[in-house]
Amino acid sequence: MNEYQYDYKTVQGFVLSAIFWGVIGLVAGLLISAQMWSADLNFGEYLSFGRLRTFHTNVLAYGLGIGAEFGLFYYITMRLTKKPFVLPKLARLHLWLFNIGVGAAGLSLLIGMNTSLEYAEFEWPFDVAIVILWVMFAINILGNIFTRKEKHLYVSLWYIIATVITVAILYIVNNLAIPATLTKSYHLFAGVNSANVEWWYGHNAVGFLFTTPILAMFYYFLPKSTGLPLFSHRLSIISFWSLIFAYLWTGAHHLVYTPLPDWIQTLAIAFTLFLIAPSWGSVVNGYFTVDKDWSKMSTNYLTKFFIVGITFYGLQTIQGPSQGIRVISSLIHYTDWVPGHVHMGTMGWVTMVICASIYYALPAMYKTTIFSEKIANTHFWLVLVGQVMFSITMWITGIQQGAMWKMTAADGTLQYTFMEGLVRNYPYWQMRTASGLIFVVGMLFFIYNVLMTIQKGKKNLAKLQEA
Amino acid sequence: MSKNDNSIYNRALLFSIVAAVTVLIGTIATVFVPMFTEGMHPKVDGLKPYTALELAGRDVYQAEGCVNCHSQVIRPLKADVLRYGQYSKAGEYAYDRPFLWGSKRTGPDLARIGGKYPDEWHIQHFESPQAFYPKSNMPPYPWFKEKQVNVKETLARMDALSFPYTEEEAAELEGATELDAMIAYMQVLGTSIAKEALIEIDESMIEAESPVKGDADAIALGKKLYKAECSGCHGQIAEGNIGASLVDYAEFEPLDTDTYITIANGFEGAMPGYAAKFSKEKIWAIVEYINSLK
Repeated sequence: MNEYQYDYKTVQGFVLSAIFWGVIGLVAGLLISAQMWSADLNFGEYLSFGRLRTFHTNVLAYGLGIGAEFGLFYYITMRLTKKPFVLPKLARLHLWLFNIGVGAAGLSLLIGMNTSLEYAEFEWPFDVAIVILWVMFAINILGNIFTRKEKHLYVSLWYIIATVITVAILYIVNNLAIPATLTKSYHLFAGVNSANVEWWYGHNAVGFLFTTPILAMFYYFLPKSTGLPLFSHRLSIISFWSLIFAYLWTGAHHLVYTPLPDWIQTLAIAFTLFLIAPSWGSVVNGYFTVDKDWSKMSTNYLTKFFIVGITFYGLQTIQGPSQGIRVISSLIHYTDWVPGHVHMGTMGWVTMVICASIYYALPAMYKTTIFSEKIANTHFWLVLVGQVMFSITMWITGIQQGAMWKMTAADGTLQYTFMEGLVRNYPYWQMRTASGLIFVVGMLFFIYNVLMTIQKGKKNLAKLQEA
Repeated sequence: MSKNDNSIYNRALLFSIVAAVTVLIGTIATVFVPMFTEGMHPKVDGLKPYTALELAGRDVYQAEGCVNCHSQVIRPLKADVLRYGQYSKAGEYAYDRPFLWGSKRTGPDLARIGGKYPDEWHIQHFESPQAFYPKSNMPPYPWFKEKQVNVKETLARMDALSFPYTEEEAAELEGATELDAMIAYMQVLGTSIAKEALIEIDESMIEAESPVKGDADAIALGKKLYKAECSGCHGQIAEGNIGASLVDYAEFEPLDTDTYITIANGFEGAMPGYAAKFSKEKIWAIVEYINSLK
């Protein structure tokens, strides 16, 4: 086997940075979940719910999610192209700028620089910086891919290429703005047009930051960690192309019953339903890969992370499209059902697969094994219980909210006032905080395991060098 | 794996181009093409660009992340229309950059909040939402009244949006607080189309006299509803605050029907009407509670 001098330091740097931002984002999440049931926990201007919730979503999406994706994409790309970074210094610079960027951008939200475009809240100077960061990333990734030493492009690389290209298009178009001053800009698009562009972006940010990158990891690390070959190459081809084709039509399912022209809404709903097929293509591919030897679920601790992760993806991609249907949207849209849905994706699918990928990649980089499988198992069960409790709680309260908002008395007047609906959420919101806490404790086990594995790895490398 | 050397899965550049084209098809069809059609740029006749003070308020609304909890779009669904007013029209948003429709209603929709309450309601409610609804989870915003609107910054923003303003309007900004700006913004929301009450109650539609006159259960229900929905403005013991003292009102021994119609229809800009929100039984119960205050 060939030995290359891979720059694993940058990969590790991204992994650790992602974990750091993850902790901050999760703590913010716990605080806002408590603010939902106690307004007394709003500590002044900078830590009030509206600012902190924006901070929570952005720090986790950009810090934890994208940070881990940068690191693991670099890892996967180097391995699959059989080539170290074309520009290792650029990759290192990318790491530093990434951390400075997330920190500064996160603070900017707390001081009230907020465009109020969901998941694109950063003001224009940060948008420019993010585009520059993405270009640096693209140069390294595509540079490696275009000059690769392995002719064939493995499935994960398809997803990586699609991510790099599509995120660039989405981010640039939706963030086109009229800058007024250094701290404030206005969306180039107005009214219904603004809504259409934003949700085309918003939904595809989910598609190309939380779906395709995680699938890239899944397709790489599942066969790697189980030692089982991917079930079907053909199925992965069909799933890939139909997924990336259909995704871009679906954004307007976030705008059902709004003044956006009906045909755009309907087209989006139709394509959303179609998306079940390619999504489940990957689910089935994962299941049948492990079908060759289901005993891996108990003998190989990582298998269950991937299988449970892809199961959440499967559930997510059935629940999501059903939410887009008009009659269901009319009940659950604007309720807590939706955060329940989102968190199944982020906690169940995205974080599960990212953690498992890190569990595989870190020891591999140090030519050692994980510090403790037992701790990894504890981590697994805690995050699983935390996530399931979280989402189920939110679904129940979401349906209750939607129903109470809709319900009318015999004479056609509304049955409940807004406050009557609100107070009924409190027990569920408190339960959500408890679920979040369980999840965070699980993540602390993960972090401890990661740090100890690095310690162990460093000792191992020193030993190998002596020998 | 593919045996053909020319397969797209062996050619990275070709692969990238095909992937880019694939994602652009849906983008062009549902985002880029509509952008250039008239249907995406409607404007209702009554819509005016934001004034400098309203824009400053809208900017505060964005800075505080209000959109996390409040939507600004009413769906053409019965319950939405009963609760919030006429469903939203595309042409009402022509000057909204960005749109602020939101995706969550932790708090109520604000698309037609303009004119629903008097300014004083907003002043007290921003200071302490819990003073109106003890179990509200809305954060208080006491800093609004202390922070001045930045005049230069606001005018630069007006210029960037090409919104017209006069010298006097610019002068008005001097000394204005974020609270003034937020109230100006709240009060203009949803006012570009003429307001039509969904249900307008008149005497022919109700009993000539309270059907639950002096009924203890009705008074108890009325008191409960009063505490929940009315006490913020009329006071915990109906002593009056933003709204009139109902103790004094009851002294005049008003007609049951007058009290009913006032509660049902409200007054534009002063008091919201409850005809769509409370059943007849509930409104009569409140009437009885008020009668009992005498």
